Amino acid sequence: MAAVRTRSEVALNRVAIAAVLIVTIIFLAPIYWITATAFKPRHLATTVPPTVMFEPEISPFVKLFLRRSQLREQPTPEEYAAAPWWERLVFDGGEKVVRDGRGNAQLSGYPSRFANSLIVAVVSTVMAVGMGTLTAYGFSRFKVAGEQDWLFFILSTRMLPPVVVAIPMFLMYRWFGLNDTHVGLIILYTAFNLSFSVWLMKGFIDEIPREYEEAALVDGYTRMEAFFKIVLPEAATGIAATAVFCFIIAWNEYAFALIMTRRTAQTAPPFIPSQVGSGLPDWTVIAAGTFLFLLPVAIFTFLLRNHLLRGMSFGAIRK
Amino acid sequence: MAHIELRNISKSFGSKPALRGLDLEIEDGQFFVLLGETGAGKTTTLRIVAGLEKPTEGDVLIDGENVNEWGAAERDVALVLQQYSLYPRYTVRENLEFPLKSKIRRVDAADIEERVNRVAKTLQISHLLDRKTDRLSGGEMQRVSIGRAIVRQPRVFLMDEPLSALDAKLREALRTELKNLQMNLGATFLFVTHDQVEAMSMGDKIGVLDKGKLVQVGTPSEIYANPCNTFVARSVGSPPMNLLNGSVSKGNAVADAGFALPFAGKASDGQPVTFGIRPEDMFLDPGAPAEGAVHDIENHGVAKIVTLRAGDAVIRLTTSARDKLAIDETVRFSWNPEKVVLFDKSSGLSLRHGP
Ligand SMILES: Nc1ncnc2c1ncn2[C@@H]1O[C@H](COP(=O)(O)OP(=O)(O)OP(=O)(O)O)[C@@H](O)[C@H]1O
Ligand SMILES: [Mg+2]
Repeated sequence: MAAVRTRSEVALNRVAIAAVLIVTIIFLAPIYWITATAFKPRHLATTVPPTVMFEPEISPFVKLFLRRSQLREQPTPEEYAAAPWWERLVFDGGEKVVRDGRGNAQLSGYPSRFANSLIVAVVSTVMAVGMGTLTAYGFSRFKVAGEQDWLFFILSTRMLPPVVVAIPMFLMYRWFGLNDTHVGLIILYTAFNLSFSVWLMKGFIDEIPREYEEAALVDGYTRMEAFFKIVLPEAATGIAATAVFCFIIAWNEYAFALIMTRRTAQTAPPFIPSQVGSGLPDWTVIAAGTFLFLLPVAIFTFLLRNHLLRGMSFGAIRK
Repeated sequence: MAHIELRNISKSFGSKPALRGLDLEIEDGQFFVLLGETGAGKTTTLRIVAGLEKPTEGDVLIDGENVNEWGAAERDVALVLQQYSLYPRYTVRENLEFPLKSKIRRVDAADIEERVNRVAKTLQISHLLDRKTDRLSGGEMQRVSIGRAIVRQPRVFLMDEPLSALDAKLREALRTELKNLQMNLGATFLFVTHDQVEAMSMGDKIGVLDKGKLVQVGTPSEIYANPCNTFVARSVGSPPMNLLNGSVSKGNAVADAGFALPFAGKASDGQPVTFGIRPEDMFLDPGAPAEGAVHDIENHGVAKIVTLRAGDAVIRLTTSARDKLAIDETVRFSWNPEKVVLFDKSSGLSLRHGP
């Protein structure tokens, strides 16, 4: 539509753009802060007023990944010269890298926590979306006795706040030996996301005309083949949107992870704040950890953005 | 190709009956049209034949074999719908190939290619083969759907109002094309429509469906000349048959609207009946026994359709386009008494069809 704009409309448009800019800046400020702090030298991290111009450093990330301890005595110049670049960065911060019996540098707790987060979030998302899609298809296409009651029941599992079920869950998990295991957390998140996934996917699948599958059935395909060849590609947008939601929820989950995990299966959300507690915190390292934690969701969402725009509007925008 | 038989088919959705005791036979190579108003149960019948819906009662036989327990894939039927009939995201070629790539058919690649190309040529869609289906016009889409049906050489073609979403001109062109195609293939067609023109012009046989009941089956001319009840009389023909309430008295047909016309049939005097007469079996004549006023004139080029008012009856008849008539002019009219169809007034059933 080639709109002819009056002068007042142009002015209004400018005001609107300015307002959007301001809101965007307000929302992006904390992200900028975290990102900037993650690249700052330690002594600039907590200055008042905040330092805006600085030479970015990679040392917070190096420190994030390595197990360190306080230096009792300065390294000799020979030691310093013989050390690899990353160890020198640690020396510069007044710390040393902790090495095991064979002299290999030890990793900090962060990488394994990050890996745990990835494993748990990815696996539980795949399971919740997979099972949710199949369940939703069943509800959408077949006559299910008591369909409305079932759907309400499925949704009702999300109505209890996590804190209410956390303690009983903890006790049950202890009984089954699932505390602090990946499997335990994956089951929990899958169950948690499943109701959501069923509801979202049912909405999306209801939108797909059943004529498509029926044509495939008549054309000589089984119901399964019709589902995979016809329904699934049509539901891709919905699946992407549901997956992003489930992934974000699993990735950010804090309460259960705090209670159910300790070490082996601990995810990043309970781990990051636990760093703050010990001694004088190095904010640059914490910021680096937080910054990395932001990335997967950002990347995942960015990759699926085309699907999301349609998916998140729940079919309101078509094509 | 195949012979289809439906025996005493009933179908209810919940407590709501959609089909009631349907008996139907479609012969090998026949173009059978199922005609009915919206909600009559046309689509339901088609879906039962296709195996997409199970009848609540009754049997479906294909080539004499009871296929009640067969799935849609095994029945080897092809389905063309009014809309949503093509797979989105696929190109035209992929759509045409799709049925041939099914595991139960095992057609080899060279054969698939050959058949797709041949069908595309027949339907003049060769230039569209690599196009995505959402870039097609409505007419092109329906051609492709028809193509997807014929590429398989199924036992029977089931078509659910495949032309009704198209504009008039295209509909007419495709109608002829489809009929020719059917004759060339010698295929068995079950074609569903609510358009009586489509039914009359395409069908070898027509079945008229009314509220889930098959009320009459016959050739187009049988149904046209001899409707078995007033419902069929009203649904076939354009303009439809005139239906006038009245009774027979002393060899004359006396209409309740206050005029009498000659009568040739057999009916007991005084019995309340409905006289049915096709517009082309009525005529204007200065010496005719009944009088009416011209209410409306539609000029169709070859003929005029004149609407008359006689008492409180509305009568339509055709007359030569050369006849000069004016609105509100008083004219005299009559009918060909041989062509009058007599219906029982209360039941609407034709008295000619016997009890
Ligand atoms: N899945 C269903 N659930 C409940 N009722 C249905 C279902 N399918 C059809 N019906 C009902 O059965 C009756 C027949 O429907 P059907 O679709 O066969 O009609 P139709 O003759 O094809 O009509 P149209 O010309 O509008 O397509 C209708 O009253 C309809 O509401
Ligand atoms: Mg229908």
